[in-house]
Amino acid sequence: MKALSIRGLRKTYKGGFEALKGIDLDVNEGDFFALLGPNGAGKSTTIGVIASLVNKTAGSVSVFGYDLDTQLVELKRQIGLVPQEFNFNQFETVRQIVVNQAGYYGVARSVAMERSEKYLKQLGLWDKRNSAARMLSGGMKRRLMIARALLHEPKLLILDEPTAGVDIELRRSMWDYLEQINKQGITIILTTHYLEEAETLCRNIAIIDSGEIVENTSIKRLLATLNMETFVLDLEFANIKVEDITLDGFKHKVTDEHTIEVDVEKSQGLNKVFEQLSAQQVKVMSMRNKANRLEELFVKMVEKGRATTAANTAAKQAAKAGAAS
Amino acid sequence: MSSGYNYTALKTIWIKECTRFLRIWVQTLVPPAITMTLYFVIFGSIVGERIGEMGGRPYMEFIVPGLIMMSIITNSYSNVASSFFSAKFQRNIEEMLVAPVSTSVIIAGYVGGGLARALIVAVIVTLVSFLFVENVQIHHAGILLLTVILTSTLFSLGGLVNAVFAKTFDDISIVPTFVLTPLTYLGGVFFSIGLLPGIWESVAQFNPVLYMVNAFRYGFLGISDVNISLAMGVIVGFNVLFFVTAYTLLQRGTGIRS
Repeated sequence: MKALSIRGLRKTYKGGFEALKGIDLDVNEGDFFALLGPNGAGKSTTIGVIASLVNKTAGSVSVFGYDLDTQLVELKRQIGLVPQEFNFNQFETVRQIVVNQAGYYGVARSVAMERSEKYLKQLGLWDKRNSAARMLSGGMKRRLMIARALLHEPKLLILDEPTAGVDIELRRSMWDYLEQINKQGITIILTTHYLEEAETLCRNIAIIDSGEIVENTSIKRLLATLNMETFVLDLEFANIKVEDITLDGFKHKVTDEHTIEVDVEKSQGLNKVFEQLSAQQVKVMSMRNKANRLEELFVKMVEKGRATTAANTAAKQAAKAGAAS
Repeated sequence: MSSGYNYTALKTIWIKECTRFLRIWVQTLVPPAITMTLYFVIFGSIVGERIGEMGGRPYMEFIVPGLIMMSIITNSYSNVASSFFSAKFQRNIEEMLVAPVSTSVIIAGYVGGGLARALIVAVIVTLVSFLFVENVQIHHAGILLLTVILTSTLFSLGGLVNAVFAKTFDDISIVPTFVLTPLTYLGGVFFSIGLLPGIWESVAQFNPVLYMVNAFRYGFLGISDVNISLAMGVIVGFNVLFFVTAYTLLQRGTGIRS
């Protein structure tokens, strides 16, 4: 069953800005799905429409078969939303916030109190249950929003940049938690700027840019299209200057006196790099990817999408000019 | 099933609203008690003794219902206006918008909060009035209670409509300052409109607050400048008008959905 199905979704804001230009998107039940895109691409608008915080201009949205236009109440019950901005009452306590949210979904207060203990403990907020939300750290506020979104036990959890501004340790513990609840059967849709996050957590991905989906596939398939990777090598050597190191067949550049960056195509392999360095009595002390692999693809996809859009616009203008003459 | 969900949601909003104004009781419940005590001392005791009777009653007795009604109007209005606008400003209104809470339930929850605050303030001001009036009597408890509930509801709805349109905190103080205060002061709180000269008595009939103050005064003292059936009709009519306006605005998402 489809957890989410979007067809021809359009959103034009007052003033004429077209945030979504007719997107189609499917997310399967149980999936861990990433929605990526640069700032202003339309990610938050898409999520806003699904969560009925933004009125759509055209198109259809259904969640677990419930239609946004005709079965709004049932649709809303399926969704838990973790928005990008903190949007709780800063003067209420942690427990009041989560229990009230469950109440809006019709969860009886006694049940909400029990569940609040469960989720606040899972997210490490139980000790802070009687603290006003404004007293929490940024990371705790993020976790509070996750707990709040889970209290009515939704089947689809949508997170809009949930780890923005969260330190690495906390981010990884949040990843573990999200993976755990996904394994329990909750479908997760995630928007993020951290591409490593998408690569680590998600199975499928859609890239959105300028209100259009420019790619929609599995992460594995997407990464398979990557032809070249850049590796950073930390070197140790005695009888040669770093500028004099040669690597036939590979493009490389020196970044400091002990480090070089080497571009390696998929067909080339790394053995030849090591062989040539060994021949020059250069020892490789450590090696890492220069950039996140997904990041490279993301940039390429967005650039390709923009070039296509520009070409289409130019073609339309040329056709109009032709018709006018 | 659906009514059960709505009842839980309504109860949640109402409890949240009551918790809010009780948490800041120094700002919400104490000021009306102090303000009204000053009114009783200055207008009732000091000036009132020189005025003598109004509407066949000692002046102090005459102004008690008006002052209680004034507290009800300002408190029900400001409670909903500030609470709903804060929810918009902090964006926690989204907690309700993403949940399956119907528009009527949101309105009822906020109005219920305004009503609760207005009733508590009315009780406080009535208790304060006991310090100044010896024989407090109730002429018609039914009309008294109905007027309190309908007026609180009406001004809670008014506060909600104001908050929907408001973009800054200044916007929620403009209506109380420039509309509510003049209407209340000219609505027969301190005088009988029979004292107004010529055309001004007729002009005063267009002030809706006049009907609320007089209906309430009738419930208390059994005297009124206006026909009670007409007064109740006006109050009910305005309630319907403001409910429809608030419902339409929230249903459309005015000021809360993009």
